[in-house]
Amino acid sequence: MSQISEIKENLTVTNIGRGMIRREDPRLLTGQGKFIDDLPFSDFYEAAILRSPHAHARVVSIDTERALKLSGVIAIYTAADLEPIMKDLPPKVSHPKLNYQIRLPMVKEYANYVGEPIAVVVAENRYIAEDAVDLIEIEYETLPAVASTHAALRKGGPKVHIGSESNVAVHIIQKAGDPEAALKTAPHVIRETFKITRGGGHSIEGRGVAARFDPITQQLTVWDNTQAPHYVRQMLATIYGMTEDEIRLIAPQDIGGGFGPKAQFYGEEVVIPWIVMQMKHPVKWVEDRWENFISATMERSQTHRVEVGFDEDGHLLVLKDVFEHDQGAYCVGLQVPTITMSTLPGPYVIPNIHSELISCYTNIVPTSSLRGAGRPQAVTVMERMMDRIAEHLGMEPAEIRRRNLIQPDQFPYAVGLLFRDGSPLTYDSGNYPALLEGAVDRIDIVKFRRDQAEARSQGRFLGLGLSMYVEGTGIGPYEGARVRLTNSGKILVTLAASPQGQGYETVYAQVAADAIGVDIDLVEVRHGDTSSIPYGQGTFASRVTATAGPAVWEASELLKSDLLAVAASLLKCDVSSLALSGNSVFIESEPERRVLLYDIALVSNVGRHGMSVPRDLPIAIERTAYFKPVQAVYSSGISAVIVEVDPETGKIEILKSLLGHDCGNVLNPMIVEGQILGGHAHGIGNAIYEEARYSEDGQPQAVSYLDYALPTAIEVPTPELFHVFSPSPLNPLGVKGAGEGGTIPVPGAVANAVEDALRPFGSRICELPLTPERVLRAIYDHD
Amino acid sequence: MAVDESRADPVEDKSWISVTINGSKQDYLVEQRLSLADFIRNQVGLKGTHLGCEHGSCGACTVIIDDRAVRSCLMFAVQSDGSSIETVEGLAIDGVLSPLQESFQANHALQCGFCTSGFLMSLVARLREGPIDTESEAREALSGNICRCTGYSGMVAAILEQSNSIQGIKENS
Ligand code: FES
Ligand code: FES
Repeated sequence: MSQISEIKENLTVTNIGRGMIRREDPRLLTGQGKFIDDLPFSDFYEAAILRSPHAHARVVSIDTERALKLSGVIAIYTAADLEPIMKDLPPKVSHPKLNYQIRLPMVKEYANYVGEPIAVVVAENRYIAEDAVDLIEIEYETLPAVASTHAALRKGGPKVHIGSESNVAVHIIQKAGDPEAALKTAPHVIRETFKITRGGGHSIEGRGVAARFDPITQQLTVWDNTQAPHYVRQMLATIYGMTEDEIRLIAPQDIGGGFGPKAQFYGEEVVIPWIVMQMKHPVKWVEDRWENFISATMERSQTHRVEVGFDEDGHLLVLKDVFEHDQGAYCVGLQVPTITMSTLPGPYVIPNIHSELISCYTNIVPTSSLRGAGRPQAVTVMERMMDRIAEHLGMEPAEIRRRNLIQPDQFPYAVGLLFRDGSPLTYDSGNYPALLEGAVDRIDIVKFRRDQAEARSQGRFLGLGLSMYVEGTGIGPYEGARVRLTNSGKILVTLAASPQGQGYETVYAQVAADAIGVDIDLVEVRHGDTSSIPYGQGTFASRVTATAGPAVWEASELLKSDLLAVAASLLKCDVSSLALSGNSVFIESEPERRVLLYDIALVSNVGRHGMSVPRDLPIAIERTAYFKPVQAVYSSGISAVIVEVDPETGKIEILKSLLGHDCGNVLNPMIVEGQILGGHAHGIGNAIYEEARYSEDGQPQAVSYLDYALPTAIEVPTPELFHVFSPSPLNPLGVKGAGEGGTIPVPGAVANAVEDALRPFGSRICELPLTPERVLRAIYDHD
Repeated sequence: MAVDESRADPVEDKSWISVTINGSKQDYLVEQRLSLADFIRNQVGLKGTHLGCEHGSCGACTVIIDDRAVRSCLMFAVQSDGSSIETVEGLAIDGVLSPLQESFQANHALQCGFCTSGFLMSLVARLREGPIDTESEAREALSGNICRCTGYSGMVAAILEQSNSIQGIKENS
């Protein structure tokens, strides 16, 4: 692939850029994966959790007597038994103006959402533990609940947190230029209100935590299928008052999907290891699907009131968006709404911007990042408005976009706002016109308009939707990798971040093998164990390729120079005369003069006990690198969909889906495409099917896959993909994140396509997901 | 759900069952209320059968019982008495992947792999009923299971490649 030449001059790239099949697959295909619930925890007790059935209630009394009598029940813990760890779980991303409400690991007095943990039962097995949960008697005083941002903002309405004065969590305004003045002078201004509901992460494996305490070494080992092992270890160390070395946090080798919710930190993760230390007996807890529905963080609704001003030619002059974000009962982090704020302008030149967030507490499970993390909402809003401008001016939606795109020679491009990592929102690289024209060429819009007109004359309703986005990825603060020459002459790469299906064992072997120049079969990749590498951040926000990738690269380059220096010393030659290939280092002009990696390990790692080595000989061949990005790197893309809408049933059929994607250089195209395809399915779910509904009193209405529709193979078409390669200048591999790009533009494109299809009815598509009910309302229920 | 108080110790209710699992027949003493999935995972020790929902919707727990694909979370172990059960562990022979497993790998039909066992077992059962020749048949065959990672395209490709190669073998023989 042509883009590879950009990676590094003078490098023979043999593995990077190839769609190598994955090393992980054989074990997963044969049922030999090691997911948390598959680990041999046979002597572990099992826990079940009693969760609040009320969205808002005061716990008056808890009686565990009957439950404790049940044979096989070992212990029951409530907040009263866990005083030392009833400490605040702080938000990942905060803001000085945040109206902060303390989040405890378990309910102490007030339950603030359905699903909040109140008691933990430990029993010989999960069946007994669940029986005992049913035998715990709790008296509640129920309180009025707040179940939407609309309700949260109602004057004089109930409060989510007793004693607080306002349900507003934070109110932030970001501005670029002079939006107020621009709105007054713009020749055209149009407005709309959009409500976009997303759903849950729904990794098919739920969350899980198990722990064992060794009284001899005083070491606490925690297995946790988290996306961020070092983050969890740090939280536990802080709460327990332990050092980081006393806690070994292991994210199991296989984790059954993450998508964001597993990157957050939960009360269960605090409570289970702690009770293990109290009981001096190992315990595990694995979340079931019902618990996942009510207690894993999700994303939910945002309501946007947006205005755009533009001139006769369709040039954007000003964007003003004020939106309500549902934060849930506690602030687990402000990353989602702050990402929404900065994602709105997308790939367009907009001189004046007003982006205003009103984040509200509600008595519903907290929200946090979920594949796309606030971006699908922002992109839907912006892209809906681009289509409305086109409609207003009687222009093709592609043309209105064409006129407003940031051009390739405008990078680095400063938008004028801040990104969620705290750095100015400055796009590093991209080629947005190439994405747009790539899609336009493949769709053949002229032909589509003919087909559309003909279909309409037959009473069939086809629509085309485009949607573009720019996505900040590869954020800080850093990620680490350790590369080691093992004593048997192999290369071991240890990553701080743990994967949930992204194929790290394959991709980072490709990177290390190329950086060092050895046979890839000699490279092994391990991950997810804090005892193997001291620091790390984790897998979230499409950050690992652009942070761990360069870390592996840099550590491998350092290791390579060590290998060459040892070989030079052994072969008594100059480093510059040496080359590496296969399993050895050799003199390029005399290839028969060589040393094996194994020999190097013998000399430099194993050594001869008590004997000196030459001064210049590198020893202990192991290198660790932490890559610290200066700012986010910006991926981008476009989605184009053609739909047919049945006005009788409200059913949307996707006739064609196309995705153009730019994540810079591609390390393994097969894996990148896999990420895009999976993200695309998630985007379709968000566009049409998935909805976490709540009653007005905060009761979840979708707590099984019978009432929450996850898309199956029938609902998700295979999209046509194309790539644009704009390598990032900000890291040595030129890479950007690819984990979320498939999701982000799809809801907006589908919404645009449906409104386009229903134009003869004058329908306004302002609410997602586009369930049949909403589509029918858009057709028949408007003025 | 309330527990029947007259019987506060449900663990005592056990029965013997005799099942053939991946070709080997054995007797097991199982609790009456033990689900087939938990039996396979925890008592037999075959952890490749996964639980994604425990309410019959995701298909991760699919195994084959007497040639039919079955959701093992919806059955009690005692109901499988006398039957022959196939699990994902029985698909590869001596560590050699079956052609369907190979096609899954070649077509990147799995990411986290948590759902994969269930898909494989559903497809194995389906392919025994006859070939899958078209994309829509492939999608139909996949539609009883949920995957959150892949978007299904790799699985569709794997199935079609698989059935083409079977067709190829038939035509060449
Ligand atoms: S676990 Fe059995 S169908 Fe989901
Ligand atoms: S591969 Fe992860 S759920 Fe299917």
